[in-house]
Amino acid sequence: MPDATNSVVIENLVKRFGSFVAVDRLNLAVRKGEVFGFLGPNGAGKSTTIRMLCGLLKPTSGRAAVAGFDVARDPESVRQNIGYMSQKFSLYNDLKVIENLRLFAGLYSVPAKQLEERIAWALEMANLKGQENLMTRTLPGGWKQRLALGCAVLHRPPIIFLDEPTSGVDPISRRRFWELIQQMATQGVTVFVTTHYMEEAEYCNRLALIFRGKIVALGTPSELKHNSMRGELLLVECEPLGRTLEALQSAPGVIDAAVFGNALHLSVEDAANSAPIVNSFLRERGLTPGKIEKIRPTLEDVFVSLTSESAAEARTQ
Amino acid sequence: MTEPLQIAIAADGLKKSFPGVCAVAGLSFNVQAGEIFGLVGPDGAGKTTTLRMLAGIMSPDSGSATVAGCDVVRDPERAKHWLGYMPQRFGLYDDLTVDENIRFYADLFGVHKGERIARSTQLLTAAGMSEFRARRAGNLSGGMKQKLGLVCALIHKPKVILLDEPTTGVDPVSRRDFWRILYELAGEGVAILTSTAYLDEAERCHRVALMHQGRLLFCDTPSNLKSRFGKGVLSVTSTVPRRLRAELEHLEGISSLVLTGDGAHLVVDDAARRIPEIDARLKQARVAFDSVQQVEPAIEDLFVDAVAGEEVLNA
Repeated sequence: MPDATNSVVIENLVKRFGSFVAVDRLNLAVRKGEVFGFLGPNGAGKSTTIRMLCGLLKPTSGRAAVAGFDVARDPESVRQNIGYMSQKFSLYNDLKVIENLRLFAGLYSVPAKQLEERIAWALEMANLKGQENLMTRTLPGGWKQRLALGCAVLHRPPIIFLDEPTSGVDPISRRRFWELIQQMATQGVTVFVTTHYMEEAEYCNRLALIFRGKIVALGTPSELKHNSMRGELLLVECEPLGRTLEALQSAPGVIDAAVFGNALHLSVEDAANSAPIVNSFLRERGLTPGKIEKIRPTLEDVFVSLTSESAAEARTQ
Repeated sequence: MTEPLQIAIAADGLKKSFPGVCAVAGLSFNVQAGEIFGLVGPDGAGKTTTLRMLAGIMSPDSGSATVAGCDVVRDPERAKHWLGYMPQRFGLYDDLTVDENIRFYADLFGVHKGERIARSTQLLTAAGMSEFRARRAGNLSGGMKQKLGLVCALIHKPKVILLDEPTTGVDPVSRRDFWRILYELAGEGVAILTSTAYLDEAERCHRVALMHQGRLLFCDTPSNLKSRFGKGVLSVTSTVPRRLRAELEHLEGISSLVLTGDGAHLVVDDAARRIPEIDARLKQARVAFDSVQQVEPAIEDLFVDAVAGEEVLNA
């Protein structure tokens, strides 16, 4: 069923392994040309979902369509219309740059007539022209990543799946890589990113956070930071941190406390109200707090807050 | 009531080259007891080589290093009793259970039974893994495996811990467990040297050293590094980030502009002066945006700025 605006449509998707529900009635639509981030802790159901979307695993019930093809009924067409890149597994280190490109062109059945033109395009895109004969093993991390991306898109798929595409590369190469991704998205390619690195999540137009097989939050990075956390966040500087943390567990109005760098991040209902209360609470216990101020939550604060809230709800049910 | 500073790790002019590449180019730094020191930098910066030399499993071409008062270059065996080292791939036995793996490492280090039981109970509780003692290591998630590796590396109560990218592949929730354990240990006076490729983790260390191509770019507390950064960092939220860039690209005073998923991240020479200029330009061009806000610089901003500056110098 072709869909003009969405390239990924997921309806009531379920996957069970025995009695374990890995993906639990998932609903989601990803728009064409969107850079979409799929986040979640280990074991949340991320990989299971991706494997179903790539036509590698049959859903237990529900349906999913990728590039207009049903993943259960027509997995072969799904696979012809997607690109997949993960930094870790995709390249052959003992092949030259050009040999990797030829290999992937063959795997994706790029027609012989288009082969040279497609490879030239990929080299250009990945900024690797003139480096065709280098051994892949000797390439710096950032170059490898661009080559892996080039290999994954040789057949011009309308959708690409990226699995932690820039983990471990230096920030400058990472920025270059995401520039490329954004250019592709501008040309209408849909990009589906899975990651648990918030540095990568910031580059996505929209994010879904999945936990225990369900989506627990969905929105742009700034929507998530502004709307999805219960209460507000206080930064508290106070040495020794360990004792401060212990004391604050029983402080009035404190929802959660976590160590962050040389300071604590404290979730509270109302930051302006809580700051003086926290201050005197600590002083009464012989501690001398330094800075106590309201801060904007990071995506990681949001992630941790939402996953622990959902875990608490699951326990009380 | 501060105790006198105690140097737990001292590196002095460490150098190591491999055929065709200088991995570590004369590295000097100290880590104190009770300090969490982050060695931060991209893949290939020389972090792993540095840790291997400090762990006494690779000898430097030149330079010296002491760990817990022992010279690891001349007498690497002596330091091992005080040292916990967790390489990137920690040697867990997949077909042994969590408890059996811990017992194996405890025996290697000659830890007595009573001590082993007390210590492993305490560490497994802190790691949130008490329920998984009977599970085989091969059936643990990536985050759990890393935490088990840490428990094994800590079973003999080392005074100095060397961790090589311990949180790679670990989700944010487990990552917080991991860091909580590190802070507790630091509170007990243990010195911790940890490497990471994630610059956001640098923010959690007492001090960080940014490493690039075998050398240190800076070494200081995160807050000192940030307050010394002479530039302003701005964040703009917009539904049309690409149009926003087209308008701002050639504006004066912007040294870096990165598109994020829902806006842009900018580094400018003078925030107070540039905020109204940017605001006016965007309004004039009718680009939809929320507001231009100054934000705290991230370690990543400092790193990119320093490396870009270096590239200019080298050009």
